[in-house]
Amino acid sequence: MRFRDYRRKIINVVMLSLTGLCALASVSVLFFVLGYLFVHGFKALSWDFFTKLPAPVGESGGGMANAIIGSAKLLLIALLSGVPVGLIAGIYLAEFSGKTFGFTVRYVADLLNGVPSIVMGIFIYTVIVLPMHHFSALAGGLALGAMLVPIVLRSTEDFLRAVPRSLREAALALGASRWKAIATVVIPAAGRGITTGVLLALARVAGETAPLLFTSFQSQYWSQGFNQPTASLPVMIYTYAISPYENWHRQAWAAGFILLMLVLVANIGARLILSRRASPARG
Amino acid sequence: MENVAGSGVMISAQGPDRGVDQPEKAPAKSVAKVSVEGLNFFYGPRQVLFNISLEIPEGKITALIGPSGCGKSTFLRTLNRMHETVSNTRAEGAVLLDGQSIFDMDVVQLRRRVGMVFQKSNPFPKSIFENVAYGLRINGLERGVTIAEVVEKSLRRAALWDEVKDQLHKSAYALSGGQQQRLCIARALAIDPEVLLLDEPCSALDPIATAKIEDLLLDLVASCTIVIVTHNMQQAARVADHTGFFLLGKLIEFNRTDVIFKKPARKETEDYITGRFG
Repeated sequence: MRFRDYRRKIINVVMLSLTGLCALASVSVLFFVLGYLFVHGFKALSWDFFTKLPAPVGESGGGMANAIIGSAKLLLIALLSGVPVGLIAGIYLAEFSGKTFGFTVRYVADLLNGVPSIVMGIFIYTVIVLPMHHFSALAGGLALGAMLVPIVLRSTEDFLRAVPRSLREAALALGASRWKAIATVVIPAAGRGITTGVLLALARVAGETAPLLFTSFQSQYWSQGFNQPTASLPVMIYTYAISPYENWHRQAWAAGFILLMLVLVANIGARLILSRRASPARG
Repeated sequence: MENVAGSGVMISAQGPDRGVDQPEKAPAKSVAKVSVEGLNFFYGPRQVLFNISLEIPEGKITALIGPSGCGKSTFLRTLNRMHETVSNTRAEGAVLLDGQSIFDMDVVQLRRRVGMVFQKSNPFPKSIFENVAYGLRINGLERGVTIAEVVEKSLRRAALWDEVKDQLHKSAYALSGGQQQRLCIARALAIDPEVLLLDEPCSALDPIATAKIEDLLLDLVASCTIVIVTHNMQQAARVADHTGFFLLGKLIEFNRTDVIFKKPARKETEDYITGRFG
């Protein structure tokens, strides 16, 4: 009897510390990366970083203003091209699709979600860059947009499905047609969830490098419009981090820090939006 | 409850030959708001309603009682074709609203004329005002009337106005359960339905909130025909002019409420209302 009790207690302590250690290990990786980026990146930040073009090799100073604007442009194109497709397909899946076709679309979306991002880059390279004969912000934005589609689609579908059936019935019983019930009751009820999904998806693709390498490429200058190659933060980090120059390394740290902050802000924003909704929606 | 003969249909609705049985009741037909004739209902291959025939008199409260799963809610939902929102369902037979088949009507038109209040209150995640205004807005009825006036009138008819008039723009979720249910009634009333269907509207409410809704129904019946499904036999006895008893998908008996409760014609009805089963 006593032996069994001891054994139980010892196993309990061992298992508990094991799970605790694993949890600590996974969290500490995150904090290590955050801390490292903060220490190195924050030091390298300056006003110039946000306002100046990259300095030529050998000169110190300079910034990444063109990459910041470039990333913003790419995300804008991605937002305009990928989000509507994902949203509308998500609405279709949640509200209208039949069993077989719905299953197929959902399955393909999940596959698309797992496609390595560099493959997405090659795809856009073949479809857009080759016919146009040059790299462009447009191509880069579309590559990111293509990555947004499956993420937005699935999150939109999930949030729409979470809207209680009783709300749809209430609208239908008041003489709303099906699409009117969806447009005026179901989508608004899921609105914040859908917005959150879009924000998180944007944050996710904002850091993608691979699809940009041979679509929007790279530039040391301001890019005009959407038809030219453009600098972007992830590609800038890639180029600068593997360069032999100390000054460029510091800039890469700073860029990494900014990118991380962007993702963090989007994530926190999404959480705030969602939690504000959470109380009444399920009530 | 009034006892005027001829105000109701005294038949147990066993077959299509009711008129022959009781020819002196023929005038009752003319006041039927909704006539149901030989209604069968299927969920996939499973039949849940068997040959239901009854006439719901205009300007009266009709209660449908029976044990859980007897088909009374399904029956109610066919009256404004809400069953069509569930896939793989099928209704056979005739349902006439003012003599016109509801299955030939535009479903949007039908649901505007036949409103519904559900078991669990289901206000939209919008303000109190917007909840009531919803039916007007989506049906394009806001022309010619001031929405605010209709909202106030509907809330007054639902006996909710005095409690919410200072917080019309607050979320409907801030209201209590009973208030939410009355809000749902106000929302249904805003488009001025001719028939109001209520599916166990008080099942989640305490006795005080229930009493308020019952008083409200007794006021409303002056302006529309009411059909209420209820688990609560006392409720049927308190508010209904006519009561139908459902059992295992069949309408066992349909008659004036006082007759059903004092002198039921069928043994099943008597067993149920005296609490011998159910």
